[in-house]
Amino acid sequence: MGPITTTHYLALSAALLLIGTIGVLTRRNIVIILMSIELILNAVNINLIAFSHYWQNVNGQIFAIFVITDAVAEAAVGLGILIALFRNKETVLADEVDLLKW
Amino acid sequence: MNFLDQIWLIPLFPLVGAVVMLLLGKRLDPQPASEVAIAPGLEHTHDDEHGHGHAHDHSHAHEAHPHDAHMHDHGHEHHHGAALRGLVSLFCPGMVLLSFLFSAGAVAQLSQTAERMHQVIQFTWLAGLPFHMADGRLATFSADWGFLLDPLSAVMILVVTGVGFLIHVYSIGYMGHEGGYYRFFGYLNLFVFFMLMLVLANNYALLFVGWEGVGLCSYLLIGFYFHKKSASDAGIKAFVVNRVGDAGFILGMLLMFAVLGTVKFVDVNQILRSGQFHAETAGFGVLSAMALLLFIGATGKSAQVPLYVWLPDAMEGPTPVSALIHAATMVTAGVYMVARSSALYQLTPQTSTIVAAVGAFTAIFAASIALVQNDIKRVLAYSTVSQLGYMFLALGVGAYWVAIFHLFTHAFFKALLFLCSGSVIHALGGEQDMRRMGALKDKIPVTHWTMWVGSIAIAGIPGFAGFFSKDEILWQAYSSKQGSNALYVIGLLTAGMTAFYMWRLMNMTFYGKSRVAPEVEAHIHESPASMTIPLSALALGSVLAGWIGTPKLWGMSGWFRGFEQWLEPAFASAAIEAAQEGAHDASTEWILMAVSVAFALIGIAVARYCYHIRPEIPGAIEARCGPIHRVLLNKWYVDEFYNFLFVDGFAKGGGRVFGAFDRNVVDGAVNGAGWLTRISSTVSIWWDTWIVDGAVRFTSFLVKLSSYPVRIVQTGRVQAYALFVVVGALAFFGYYIAR
Repeated sequence: MGPITTTHYLALSAALLLIGTIGVLTRRNIVIILMSIELILNAVNINLIAFSHYWQNVNGQIFAIFVITDAVAEAAVGLGILIALFRNKETVLADEVDLLKW
Repeated sequence: MNFLDQIWLIPLFPLVGAVVMLLLGKRLDPQPASEVAIAPGLEHTHDDEHGHGHAHDHSHAHEAHPHDAHMHDHGHEHHHGAALRGLVSLFCPGMVLLSFLFSAGAVAQLSQTAERMHQVIQFTWLAGLPFHMADGRLATFSADWGFLLDPLSAVMILVVTGVGFLIHVYSIGYMGHEGGYYRFFGYLNLFVFFMLMLVLANNYALLFVGWEGVGLCSYLLIGFYFHKKSASDAGIKAFVVNRVGDAGFILGMLLMFAVLGTVKFVDVNQILRSGQFHAETAGFGVLSAMALLLFIGATGKSAQVPLYVWLPDAMEGPTPVSALIHAATMVTAGVYMVARSSALYQLTPQTSTIVAAVGAFTAIFAASIALVQNDIKRVLAYSTVSQLGYMFLALGVGAYWVAIFHLFTHAFFKALLFLCSGSVIHALGGEQDMRRMGALKDKIPVTHWTMWVGSIAIAGIPGFAGFFSKDEILWQAYSSKQGSNALYVIGLLTAGMTAFYMWRLMNMTFYGKSRVAPEVEAHIHESPASMTIPLSALALGSVLAGWIGTPKLWGMSGWFRGFEQWLEPAFASAAIEAAQEGAHDASTEWILMAVSVAFALIGIAVARYCYHIRPEIPGAIEARCGPIHRVLLNKWYVDEFYNFLFVDGFAKGGGRVFGAFDRNVVDGAVNGAGWLTRISSTVSIWWDTWIVDGAVRFTSFLVKLSSYPVRIVQTGRVQAYALFVVVGALAFFGYYIAR
């Protein structure tokens, strides 16, 4: 088994992105959808770190820290919206909330 | 005391009496139940339910026989009202007596003055606006509250207050048993006030105030027994018929304002006599129209054809009212007014001819009806109409003083006759039908003898008042420039008829066999002194009144010719004109006088023969001349004709026509407009629904249609949107990679 290369990280990142995307698109529970969004964000983070390591440039790592921070804020806001939604609609299933239409 | 400057007091006295009676009388009069029946409307307030029902029963009793109240035992209810009645009996006639004394004083002082005319202007009553007269000059529409005492009004106020006072005294006895005593005297005083205003006014406008006022009092007194339908109907009839004449009066007065610029008697006479206007002999000019309009007013008030119909019905009022208002004073207002306008009528011979013709026709027409009437008061009523016709005949031929002379003597004997008939009715407990009278001569002697005097006087037997005035009228109708043989013959025939119907009345009432109902017979009694004394006074007047106007032919002087000389200043130019006649010789006048007396005697003799000596004759004549008798008995069917033409024809028929007009034209127009609105609204609705709304909906339909593809992807599901994003992103990638 050879050393872990950048390509491996990118493959992991792509897998996570794919899993996250499928999760967002297919799961009904908004909590799961939020978790899937975390997966997507972490896929981006792995990508950033991998290229930062590859280019020996710390910018990528800093971006990753920003993304983590952003993810935390987004999770907080997302869960807040979720609670408000539940209070109003008594559901956490995304397909039962279809107000965003004409 | 200077009565002349205080003539405004003369009408004031009766006004005070009227105001006190009508404002306070009801409060002072503790009316017993039977009197409530007379005035139920006034007495409702302090009547409980029970008392009212009681009053109602009594009112029916009164309706049948208004005069028989005293025959039943009514003593129990009269003591509390007695003191007040005494007060009213003193107060109201007293006020008229004061008026009479003042009038006498004023007239006595007037006779001392040189110009025999005295004007007192209290204030400007109608302060009017300037206006342009018919000829373009500027005049002011104004009238004074002013009094004019001249020989003409002097005669009138003496008659009104003198005869009025006697009738007031008579009423004390006559109305003693009737309810509404204070009300009766209040109205009577009010009447005297308005009548004095009428004759003392110094202009037509103020005269008209009195004119309408006496009309009002006439209405109130005709309808005095207002619970009786026929009485209230008669009052309304009098009022309405008079209104027709009043319209003419008002128009004449306004025309006078427009043409002469004033309605003051003095100014009018001065303008008319100044030569500014010429006698309208050729055509029917503006003055003739003015005179005719005023005469229409006179026909209403003085009961001439065609407006006489109200006067016979006015006999529904109490008999003193018939005597005072509907015989002696008010109905002569028209004669007075025309005489007052003598200056105008002298310039309008054509209208004067109409006046004479109407007067003559009325005289004979009413006399013909009086021939067959059976109601004692109705005979006298038609007699009054007939005598008024005589007066207008005299006015029409320009013999103004003779008309006033007849007015003067007529006031005595006709008031006397009415009061006597009232006394008869009183004695018989309300019976007015002469077919149920007879042989009353010895039972009520005073009434009989006074009525005998009155009948002699009206029949025109020499020595009594009626002879002098009637004979003078006939002579003037024959000899004056405007007179004619036809007018004379009509007058003469009327004189014969007058004598006949008066002696028919006398015979049916006082002589022959008694036809009185037995239960009434027992109660016959002579009237009290308060009634017989005025009768005697008037009888004396009926004898003496004529002697102040003896024919010129008799060659007497001084007092015996006093009436004409006294009135000379009032009809200044009339006297001049009269002086121009006299082309007829004395023998003609003697013959005519003899003829008229002969006619009167024949009338009396025929009546005596038919109704006393051979009482079966009238029935035979009735049977032979059925249609004529029926026509006369039904008063020539004039009432029916008026009813047909005016009431049913114009009023009701007109109502029907207007109703049809309303239904078909007015309602039709409204309905048509509604129909048009509905049609147009239907069109509008269709346009709105299909065109306006259609356009809007079509637009929205287009938008909806075009938005359809966009809309179907908008599911509202967030995940679907996310899927689009992913697919879109992949598409970009795919494009990027595949390129």
